[in-house]
Amino acid sequence: MEKMLHVSSSPHVRDGVTTPVLMYDVIIAMLPAAAFGVYHFGFHALLVLLVTTAACVLSEYIYERLMGKPVTIKDGSAVITGMILALNMPPEIPLWIPVLGGVFAIIVVKQLYGGLGQNFMNPALAARCFLLISFAGRMSSFTLDGVTAATPLALMRSGEGADLTALFLGTIPGTIGEVSKLALLIGAAYLLIRRVITIRIPGTYILTFAVFMFLFGGMDLSYTLAQVLAGGLIFGAFFMATDYVTSPITAKGQILYGVFLGILTGVFRLWGGSPEGVSYAIILGNVVVPLIEKVTYPKAFGKEGK
Amino acid sequence: MNKCTERLYNGIIKENPTFVLMLGMCPTLAVTTSAVNGVGMGLSTTVVLMMSNLLISALRNIIPDRVRIPAFIVVVASLVTVVQLLIQAYIPFLYDALGIYIPLIVVNCIILGRAEAYASKNGPAESAFDGIGMGLGFTIALTCIGAVRELLGSGAVFGFRVMPEAYEPITIFVMAPGAFFVLSILTALQNRFKAPSATNGSAPKSSLACGGDCSHCSGSICADNRRRLEAAADKKE
Repeated sequence: MEKMLHVSSSPHVRDGVTTPVLMYDVIIAMLPAAAFGVYHFGFHALLVLLVTTAACVLSEYIYERLMGKPVTIKDGSAVITGMILALNMPPEIPLWIPVLGGVFAIIVVKQLYGGLGQNFMNPALAARCFLLISFAGRMSSFTLDGVTAATPLALMRSGEGADLTALFLGTIPGTIGEVSKLALLIGAAYLLIRRVITIRIPGTYILTFAVFMFLFGGMDLSYTLAQVLAGGLIFGAFFMATDYVTSPITAKGQILYGVFLGILTGVFRLWGGSPEGVSYAIILGNVVVPLIEKVTYPKAFGKEGK
Repeated sequence: MNKCTERLYNGIIKENPTFVLMLGMCPTLAVTTSAVNGVGMGLSTTVVLMMSNLLISALRNIIPDRVRIPAFIVVVASLVTVVQLLIQAYIPFLYDALGIYIPLIVVNCIILGRAEAYASKNGPAESAFDGIGMGLGFTIALTCIGAVRELLGSGAVFGFRVMPEAYEPITIFVMAPGAFFVLSILTALQNRFKAPSATNGSAPKSSLACGGDCSHCSGSICADNRRRLEAAADKKE
């Protein structure tokens, strides 16, 4: 009787999913890509991964300690930031660069804005762009088996074709995490099955991008497919554009966001200064998210229209 | 301290236009890519500021109150044109580095602010010194910010390499985002140590462009807002 008359305010139905659970799912989903990166590029890639992640977690710990805030390193968000940042690094990068990036990501982009859930940009991507602008030379020199090589995107820019199988399996030069589409898709499938993410953002993103590239890249199917598989598009679409904090909440908003990202990436890749544009597209998308939310905010029941 | 040295001290330290009043942010962010640019911009502004304060103060009884802003702008714009032509003739490298920001000195709010808040109410001598003080304060601030950005962004200060060979410049500091990083860290420190600054509300009110005298101000939007806020506060009580 006592129990039946118990009155509480909503929400009444609770789920076992917590922030750490979601975060650890994302970490698990990134492991195939990370493992392939280490296998493909060698020991230094593993070092980059470990050092970057450690830098992120440590700077989060030190900052929160110094500021007298509750220490949140156990929720795994700093680990994710570190992993995404490391996976975005060229394999032969000197270790101090990702460390600097990790400190920047956590302290400037995440903590200064109030910590997890308050950052207006994806910290890892903001740090990557910071590094890309600051150390353009080092951040865009890619090596494979000790030899400097041009990425497939750079080759396509100069008019050469690309091997689709190599692109899919990942036997190409590139950043540590973006090369193997197979490994990335395995991780993405895990996230989709676990319902950590929905297909809306990555689906509309990739689809819009493909349509855009087909229409403006010369109506060439194999070129379009190669563009979709090359570079960081798959990695960005599934792992970075879907970041909860910096993507829209409503379904309509997410679709709008995906379309926006797809067009931006296409514009950057076709007419931008560098052959890749996924990071900048997602960062710009992040900044537009509040506007998207404003437009797509659902009308509450009983409220008049705007 | 006599009036003139007091004005200098006021402009450089007590009411430093950049660090304390947070005025003239546009040139502060845009041209401080190196210490030399900071000095150049600061000194050009100082010359304009001194002359405009002097002229406006001398003309203050002739200029009708209702057209004072256009009148100030005409004076400032003429002076800026003179300075621009002089820089173009004698320091061409600085002219190339500062570019559009030299003509934009016309709309630098420090200049209009000082004209409105000080020169139009005080005698020419004090006004000129007020201009010099504010200008030097601005120059020092720009040079400091420029030096920090140059040091981090290209490893040098005033063009001399000071960082060890192994240091790799963080190029972003000489680009637009770097200006925001440096300025915001500086402001954060000011707030942390409760140093006077417009961002923590401790800037001296009397030196705001409008004089800070809200109760006697009429017609402007800020006065309207103030009145409405006060009315709302009265209602609550």
